[in-house]
Amino acid sequence: MDAGLSGLSGLSGLSGLDLPRDAPGTGPARAPAISCRNLQVRFFTEHRTITALQGLNVDVPTGEFLTLLGPSGCGKSTLLRVVADLVQPNHGEVRVFGALPQVARLNRDIGFVFQDPALLPWRNALQNVELPLQVAVNRVRRAKATPRELLELVGLKGNERAYPHELSGGMRQRVSIARALASDPKILLMDEPFGALDEITRERLNEELRRVWRELGITLLFVTHSIHEAAYLGQRVLMMAANPGRVHAIVPVELPPDRTPALRESREFIALTSELRRLLGAC
Amino acid sequence: MSVPFADVHPAPAAGDAEQARFDAMQLRARWRRRLMPAIGITGLIALWWAVVAGFEVRPFIAPSPWAVAQTLFAKRDVLLANLLPTAGEALGGFLIGNLAAIAVATLFVHSRRLQEIFFPVVVMFNSIPVVAKAPILVLMMGNGVEPKIAIAALVCFFPTLVNSVRGLEAVNPQAMELMRVLSASRSEIFFKLRLFCALPYLFSALRIAASMAVIGAVVGEWIGATQGIGAMIIQATYNFDSALLYAAIIMSACLSGCFFMAIVLLERAIIRWHPESA
Repeated sequence: MDAGLSGLSGLSGLSGLDLPRDAPGTGPARAPAISCRNLQVRFFTEHRTITALQGLNVDVPTGEFLTLLGPSGCGKSTLLRVVADLVQPNHGEVRVFGALPQVARLNRDIGFVFQDPALLPWRNALQNVELPLQVAVNRVRRAKATPRELLELVGLKGNERAYPHELSGGMRQRVSIARALASDPKILLMDEPFGALDEITRERLNEELRRVWRELGITLLFVTHSIHEAAYLGQRVLMMAANPGRVHAIVPVELPPDRTPALRESREFIALTSELRRLLGAC
Repeated sequence: MSVPFADVHPAPAAGDAEQARFDAMQLRARWRRRLMPAIGITGLIALWWAVVAGFEVRPFIAPSPWAVAQTLFAKRDVLLANLLPTAGEALGGFLIGNLAAIAVATLFVHSRRLQEIFFPVVVMFNSIPVVAKAPILVLMMGNGVEPKIAIAALVCFFPTLVNSVRGLEAVNPQAMELMRVLSASRSEIFFKLRLFCALPYLFSALRIAASMAVIGAVVGEWIGATQGIGAMIIQATYNFDSALLYAAIIMSACLSGCFFMAIVLLERAIIRWHPESA
């Protein structure tokens, strides 16, 4: 079956960026999109304190595809939520384009895709994608692509009027990605977006996500439990360890920018996933 | 551009016979669902008749179904004339009680403190039986239509309040986080998210409230009213006119049924999505 983005050439004008763009560290030094210094986040429950993040330092250059990999409870999701201004750190400093996360949120610099697509069941696919344009209207920044074009971008042309209960799990997550893109974010945060999908759908969506990212030129942080996903998608893998949540290793992904399913069987890919698995074992 | 997950269901020619058999089965099942309740009701009436005739129950203790049917027809003018005020009171109470409940639920959802202070008070009031609240309200509001509406409103209020609060809070946490990422205001979260999430809960409360409102109005009419189904019930009881008593009860049951059906139809018209599917 053909991938949903095959007809995208007609849409490539909407990014304003030339393809291919990849390879971190090339060109002039880019200002970090996100920088965290000595970040600490703690949650309190009745019986104990959970240190979700402790002394975390990380810089994410603008335009990077960073995957976050680690065991459960290592604070990957918390890190995304701090960047999105959904969780306040107890200590340390977070800057998004040099400003507080709150500023970035109010500027609509941030798009968030959750594990649960969280579509509104009373809105059809198109109306769900339009939601960000109808909320906090004075802050709205429109993507160059219309909601209809965004649905086409994620391979859902022809399903605009379908309601969430009429869509498969993979299609719902595609709608949720289109929705996150509707208000033209500079940073897309994805929290295990494909975690609940079957492997076939997941691999297809991985490829399409790579293409969407290259098309739009946004900074992308992607949380996953899957070693293969982390290796296939990212330019770097931020590996985290639990108790307390911290950076365990940052692994550059030295794979070509044009990634196809065949890559998964290449020697380099297998070497990389073995390396990641070895590092995870030492977490 | 091809659509990777487009749902394509070409009807296989070979399966047509099976499809037809399946359709026929569905049709039979639908008729069964209609027929079975009718059998139940007919059976109940037949049993009633058999008991009254077989044990020679005297008419002032329990009338035969036929006597009730005759009364329903013969006194239809009086019955309808008394049904109208009851229906008006029930409807008024239904509207006032539910609107108040939705308003209070909205307040409760936006102020945890208000909810903490006033919810126990509401629960306490609700634990007073309707028949005990009715005389108090008649004393306060006189013998007009007002106390009946007030009682109907009071009995509607509680189920709708509880369900609306639950519904308004039954928001998918990730949808809530999405609204925060979008910097949505409280009113946007309310009108674009909470209200829709609450609608299925609200309608199940309204279905309960529809019959409760009629009960409230009838109970209100028991105390010193001269017209209405409730007043008829009291008068017929004192006159040992059991046929009229049963006829009045059937009228009030029909009224509840109509209210209930109206709510069900309204719900079907408004909620066209599958809740909890996304």
